[in-house]
Amino acid sequence: MAKMTGKEMVVEALKREGVEVIFGFPGGAIIDVYDTLHKDGTIKHVLVRHEQGATHAADGYARASGKVGVCLVTSGPGATNTVTGIATAYMDSVPMVVFTGQVPTGLIGNDAFQEVDIVGITRPCTKHNYLVKDVRDLPRILKEAFYIARSGRPGPVLIDLPKDVQNQVGEFDYPEKIKLRSYHPVIKPHTKQIERAYKLIEQSKRPILYVGGGVVISEAHNELRELAELINAPVAMTLMGLGGFPGTHPQSLGMLGMHGTYAANMTMANTDLIIAVGARFDDRVTGKIDAFAPMAKIIHIDIDPTSIQKNVKVDIPIVGDCKIALQKLVEVVKKEGRPKEVWKERLEPWWDQIKAWQERHPLSYKKDDSVIKPQFVIEKLYELTNGKAIITTEVGQNQMWTAQFYKFDKPRTLLTSGGLGTMGYGFPAAIGAQMAFPDKLVVDVAGDGSIQMNIQEMATAMEQKLPVKIVILNNQFLGMVRQWQELFYERRYAATEFEVVPDFVKLAEAYGAKGFRATRPDEVEDTLRKGLETEGLVIMEFAIAREEGVFPMVPAGKATTEMLLV
Amino acid sequence: MRHTLSVLVENNPGALSRIAGLFSGRGFNIESLCVAPTLDPSLSHLTLVTTGDDFIIEQIIKQLNRLIDVYKVVDVSEGEFVEREMALIKVKAEDETRAEVLRMCDIFRCKVVDVSPKTYTIEVTGPESKLKAVIELLKPIGIKEIARTGTIAMVREKKTA
Ligand SMILES: Cc1ncc(C[n+]2csc(CCOP(=O)(O)OP(=O)(O)O)c2C)c(N)n1
Repeated sequence: MAKMTGKEMVVEALKREGVEVIFGFPGGAIIDVYDTLHKDGTIKHVLVRHEQGATHAADGYARASGKVGVCLVTSGPGATNTVTGIATAYMDSVPMVVFTGQVPTGLIGNDAFQEVDIVGITRPCTKHNYLVKDVRDLPRILKEAFYIARSGRPGPVLIDLPKDVQNQVGEFDYPEKIKLRSYHPVIKPHTKQIERAYKLIEQSKRPILYVGGGVVISEAHNELRELAELINAPVAMTLMGLGGFPGTHPQSLGMLGMHGTYAANMTMANTDLIIAVGARFDDRVTGKIDAFAPMAKIIHIDIDPTSIQKNVKVDIPIVGDCKIALQKLVEVVKKEGRPKEVWKERLEPWWDQIKAWQERHPLSYKKDDSVIKPQFVIEKLYELTNGKAIITTEVGQNQMWTAQFYKFDKPRTLLTSGGLGTMGYGFPAAIGAQMAFPDKLVVDVAGDGSIQMNIQEMATAMEQKLPVKIVILNNQFLGMVRQWQELFYERRYAATEFEVVPDFVKLAEAYGAKGFRATRPDEVEDTLRKGLETEGLVIMEFAIAREEGVFPMVPAGKATTEMLLV
Repeated sequence: MRHTLSVLVENNPGALSRIAGLFSGRGFNIESLCVAPTLDPSLSHLTLVTTGDDFIIEQIIKQLNRLIDVYKVVDVSEGEFVEREMALIKVKAEDETRAEVLRMCDIFRCKVVDVSPKTYTIEVTGPESKLKAVIELLKPIGIKEIARTGTIAMVREKKTA
């Protein structure tokens, strides 16, 4: 067995785990690992401008590729700057390993320079974390960290590396297999439960498939589609589920919940059977819980038992990987179920009703020739990219308009902060996605507020020559908050109006990128076309209708059937 | 409902604060918490008393199981179980009450472990209900200080083969 220093172990483990790129920012407490990484030269390092950017970029890389995202930062302020990114990844179950430098073990607890208890700080927002006190533990911890991050319900894992441990010498005994007696994610669902689920499906006359991010994570989209088509059920998706089922499919109802479609929310409210797959009955989806789907029986498939029965009572809990569970369910339906045509006929009245809802209130907005409507920008973006781009979003109205008006057909094409709702996520995430797929078109749809939260990463994108396209929907407002103020606070716009907004075109130029601006509706298509065709990093800024709202909208705490419509 | 959970947890640094943090972070209640080594030096045994309806208790158990360091969780109060807690109680014992305190000790089978001219310190062991009873009865006499261990518990073995 080879003797190695801790810092060499880190680099060696990264290579063995197949890590090709990492995102980070150096400092005294991690300089040793940086030095080793530099000398070794096999792993690509992306130098960001802020550690939050590193975590979101690693997150975007992971969401786009399905691989583990990796970050490397220093102790103290470097470590604390990662917290928002870690929490974002935690909420959306993104596999990530974050290395933080730490003061030497002898100084830990002494309030040393740049010391912070990052293991304590991140305990509630990591899947697991480690403080390495002895280099002999390091190989095992490295192996475990990657295993824990990517297995079961994925999530971020943090490894805190004291400076002396990085330089200690030990045996590099990298375990082949992991044996963690206290960690056994349930992957295979219970056969009995699958059969019971099938019985409910068979009896149902008004079923709905309710699909969340779990379908995307477990790559169960083909199985989902097969099941949906076999039983002819409508499919509604959460924000995280978009792309898990083709948005252009005739059985797709689009997104449900607070800003979901009228048809999706009405279908959910009137269903007799919810088949929930990799979704967690988040309050943004259920609205007022007592009024949620009152007639429905519920089948709930999820790899994380804590998601089941947390918010609603479930009739058939199925713990396991979504892909395997759906495979099994499809098998049973095929073997025992009625033929497809019979299903079709049986659900005809249900579909008549759903189509009536769709016709009554389709997703729409008031068109306008004098001012740019943000929905129109997204529609055009969809057209011009043929729906083929990887889209990241910031948070707010920009995020919801994108979810509503860009139709996602493939998984891993929408990267957005769903659980935590992190402004500043989209642009660094786009950098990560572009690193994973250099040849794909990656577009960040942003608000003028959110983009300013990590705008400094433009330098990172320029340095890496990443041709990310940024679409800024500029309303000079923190739009989503303004919308709430308009609707529920008698238009008191407390702290939501920006008096100063930078000239984004000049800003792009300051970084050496290109910038284009549209201020009239008839400039939208041209600006998008020009922006998308221009090589390299581009900002496209659209001066949109300042007080445009996102509709439909279910006011917080109301039943999902009480939607405010356009 | 009061539930007593018996948790086996890896003897790793931070494991206890992860469990305590889970309760505070999710708004679950901890009534008492007791941790000690087991025969296996790599595992610690933790007894946790909490309250909640079935829904909450189910969540608590699932959330505990989700922690990487948690080996096993048993809700011992689901079936027959024995539980014990110990308390040291320093009680005022002057002239007219000295005999009264000793009598009480006798009835409850407490032990006097320290004596001073004005106090007795007594040790009492039993289920929480017994401790409560002793404390209530000693209160009027005057309790100066109490130290309690929190509950430990075990499932009862089946009596028939
Ligand atoms: C880091 C962070 N701070 C605050 C919020 C609360 N918040 C949610 S949406 C929003 C407004 C976002 O404004 P902007 O980025 O301009 O997008 P718009 O809604 O106008 O499209 C705010 C402040 C948040 N989600 N994240």
